[in-house]
Amino acid sequence: MISLVGIPARYTLEEVSARDSSLSTRGTVLVKRGFAHMLKHGVIMDVTNVEQAQIAEDAGAVSVMVLDKLPYDVRKAGGVARTASLKAIDEIMSSVTIPVMAKCRIGHTYEAKVLEEAGVDMIDESEVLTPADEERHIWKWNFTTPFVNGARDLGEALRRISEGASMMRTKGEPGTGNVAEAVRHVKVVNNEISRLRSYYLSGDEQELVKAATEFKVSYDLVYETARLGRLPVVNFAAGGIATPADAALMMQLGCDGIFVGSGIFKSDDPSERARSIVLATTYFDDPKVVSEAQRMVDERKSMLGMDIKTLDLRMQERGVES
Amino acid sequence: MTLKVGILGIQGDLEEHVSAAKKAIEDERLKGDLLIVKTPHDVEAVDGIIIPGGESTTMGVLASTNGTLSKLSKRLSEGLPALGTCAGLILLAKRSQDRVVGPTDQPLTGSLDIEISRNAFGRQRESFEAQLSVPKLGNEPFRGIFIRAPLITSVGRKVDVLSRIQEGVVAVQQGNIIGTCFHPELSGDTRLHRYFLSLITRDA
Repeated sequence: MISLVGIPARYTLEEVSARDSSLSTRGTVLVKRGFAHMLKHGVIMDVTNVEQAQIAEDAGAVSVMVLDKLPYDVRKAGGVARTASLKAIDEIMSSVTIPVMAKCRIGHTYEAKVLEEAGVDMIDESEVLTPADEERHIWKWNFTTPFVNGARDLGEALRRISEGASMMRTKGEPGTGNVAEAVRHVKVVNNEISRLRSYYLSGDEQELVKAATEFKVSYDLVYETARLGRLPVVNFAAGGIATPADAALMMQLGCDGIFVGSGIFKSDDPSERARSIVLATTYFDDPKVVSEAQRMVDERKSMLGMDIKTLDLRMQERGVES
Repeated sequence: MTLKVGILGIQGDLEEHVSAAKKAIEDERLKGDLLIVKTPHDVEAVDGIIIPGGESTTMGVLASTNGTLSKLSKRLSEGLPALGTCAGLILLAKRSQDRVVGPTDQPLTGSLDIEISRNAFGRQRESFEAQLSVPKLGNEPFRGIFIRAPLITSVGRKVDVLSRIQEGVVAVQQGNIIGTCFHPELSGDTRLHRYFLSLITRDA
């Protein structure tokens, strides 16, 4: 079952009355969160054009994410990074059968509206692009198109869900080919959830109330997370995944699926790499298959990784204060 | 007797099917184990199989690489009971084409004599919920969750239509194989999963 926790009362009432009528209803929370559930155990790949999107689809990607530049190139180019050209998005939507996602700037409600009009299947309110609002994220409940957001810890994740995100992902550190930050973020979230879970199991509701205050979210959302022992929406790994073994590692840490940004199309063996990462994600619990997948790629062709300590720009720090 | 119910575990919302099938087994007071199926060897071990929602191209590409798809296709032709939902339905179909992109040469088991139009209702923003009439499951309406759903555009002579909406056919059965364009595993209603279990116990 899909958890329906965290919906503001006004939206719940609208949905209940729509459900009672015999008419069909679009954009319900079940339909939006349900879309993310269909992506589980899959790989979503960053692409910039039709050729890359077709390589991704042929390799078995569950979806493609359209950008103007791959995160690695965004980092190199500097300046302001905005949503991709609608022309590129349209072309990709009419050439692949899998869902097509696109990124908008944090807090840029109108870039998101434009993407919804264009018909993308999911919108990533992403720290890879330059934030448009330093204080607030988009209020996502009003949209028919579902959103995915990034987080570095449980508080951030639950705040995004309170704003209407239908899916979460780790932030990691995009465009670095370095998986360390994604590992850190998923471990932080897992540890915080274990803490809530232990309060839940010992019946300590007061500590759960304290946690809700600390995270600045509703008690219901904290309680549901504690009861489930996981985030109440689908949670993917993202930010720095570059090899099949990276993907398998993130799946083993409990992620529901994988986003690969620069890792595929900044390597010198994109087709093989795309196929091998898909294989390693599905069979992450079988080291024999992951090893087979790892054999499909050549480390000399991997993108050059970056040390997080030497970075001028830490994209993960965007949009954290709210 | 303990039923061995398999869930194709390559990609998609398998956990939701696991919990729906578990609940259906309890509701029917049966004994059953749920097995995640990822290899041809796993396919051998089950009394019935559920193919979940997800991306049919992803499932098809991976399942054909290691021989799971051909093994599955063989067991289905021998009468293995199956329930395919959304992408699972597409994987069971004989022919499929995409509404926008056109004919796809994706790998399918070809077990159900039907033709599919993928993404027939449009993109995600056109995904919807609706009340369905499924006479085989009783008079009570069934909540249909349609997510980038396919539509069944033509059915062979041996195929029974289980449910239909204005736009066309959304659920079918051919022998021991049931296929739906919607997601019964998301609606909290176990009737369809219970009906699927009855096909397994009937054969046993």
